[in-house]
Amino acid sequence: MTKALILNESTEQGILDFLKNLLETRQVRGILTLKKINKNNDVAYSIITDVKELNDAVPFYPLMPVNAGKLLSRFTFRGGPSDPIIAVVKPCELRGFVELIKREQGCFDNLFIISFTCGGVFPQQMSVEKTVEKNLNKYWDSVKKAEISDNIRPACKGCEEFIPYNSDFTVDLIGRNDLDKQSIILINNEKGAELTKNMKGKFSEESLNKEKLEKFRNKREIEKKKLFKEIDEKIKDIDGLIDVFGRCIGCHGCMRVCPICYCNLCEFESSDSEYKPSNYESDLKKRGGIRVPPGTVYYHLGRLSHIGISCVACGLCEDVCPVDIPISIIFKKIGESVQKVFDYIPGKNIDEDIPLMTFEKEELLEFED
Amino acid sequence: MNKEDDSMPKILAFLCNWCSYAGADLAGTSRIKYPPSIMPLRVMCSSRVDPLFIIKAYLGGADGVLVAGCHPGDCHYEKGNYYTRRRFAMLKKIFDELGLESDRLLLSWVSASEGHKYANVARDFTEKIKKSGKNPAKKKIFL
Repeated sequence: MTKALILNESTEQGILDFLKNLLETRQVRGILTLKKINKNNDVAYSIITDVKELNDAVPFYPLMPVNAGKLLSRFTFRGGPSDPIIAVVKPCELRGFVELIKREQGCFDNLFIISFTCGGVFPQQMSVEKTVEKNLNKYWDSVKKAEISDNIRPACKGCEEFIPYNSDFTVDLIGRNDLDKQSIILINNEKGAELTKNMKGKFSEESLNKEKLEKFRNKREIEKKKLFKEIDEKIKDIDGLIDVFGRCIGCHGCMRVCPICYCNLCEFESSDSEYKPSNYESDLKKRGGIRVPPGTVYYHLGRLSHIGISCVACGLCEDVCPVDIPISIIFKKIGESVQKVFDYIPGKNIDEDIPLMTFEKEELLEFED
Repeated sequence: MNKEDDSMPKILAFLCNWCSYAGADLAGTSRIKYPPSIMPLRVMCSSRVDPLFIIKAYLGGADGVLVAGCHPGDCHYEKGNYYTRRRFAMLKKIFDELGLESDRLLLSWVSASEGHKYANVARDFTEKIKKSGKNPAKKKIFL
């Protein structure tokens, strides 16, 4: 059981009032949240400092235009903001942020985090096609019933890490029939308690509904296994790899949106990876031909080896892929298998080192000669 | 190496400067025979080997990739080879999961005094690679 703030209004309104209160009492200077930017229901992340701007904020909107973990990192990599900021982010975004903090690309100073049990998000394409609003009612219905919503992204369908780690506040959404009537904001730590101590509203002891969430996790697990099986059938050997990645146009969009890929100059965009005329010549001598631009499989395998250990399976890579390569599921699958070797869940524990940056003296003997 | 000899696999070997490269040198100066399949590439430490190097070698058509360094605990830089081991384990797992032949990758510890061990590793690995045949990536165009 943890302390919780109970407000007698819908969860959507409750969280807005909660944020509004913090802003008005100047306990925080700004709020990072999703916000509608026009009448067409397009949404974008914004840092809001003016209470008026909060009216169009939609913290739980099922879209992920960018990974907020990456945004928070850009905002805090030189140290926290001068005055407190509170951010409403999805669990995978928060995990991405924690992975970035481990890489010294951000910090939690002067930052409060609200997260929630997440029912997944729609592909960004649906926002382009203006079909999000149509599907919203159905989406929230299935969240209330703790079922997997239709039309959400594949990475979300198979996501088992929908309960946030490391957040100061957690809003429980999944399986709550009373979403329209009351909002329950769980206060996870001292930092959160300090922030809310003067707030009006009822405080009581609450906890996440473990049983319901476990059932939901089982549903997701079944879905995940299905998705993994499809990948297994597609990629069995090098030919399978070529088949799946063959249509990649090399836009490197997946790398640009990835929360873990933080390098200012990516290896694959540096002159080191550039194919020089002499490289073409030598390749053409060896093989019966060469794909141009070359290095597609190399790029994806390379990125897997670089970020697989920390992949939080947020699914953005697949979302931005213009040729619909099932890249998020491939990365999720391979990433999880690598993470399992080191018994590591990315973004779970901020004090735990990234497995590749630490070691035990006696381990992994089966991988040696 | 006889260029016509197609049966001899090509194995790229990343040898650490302080142990394995000296070990290979010792094998040579001691006139220990081992197959001419190994193409040594000296690195300052086995942990200098980015997984990308191995991937590039594999996709470029190397039949095998050997990474050799000092024995755990003996690293010239104290802990480099411990990191290597973790990275190597990760890469092997990735290869396994994608159905690529992770048997073509080998991590071995060879010290500067182990000329015999180096020759043995070279011999055994070459035999193993010979059995698995040519690297299927060698002739692929659409990589």
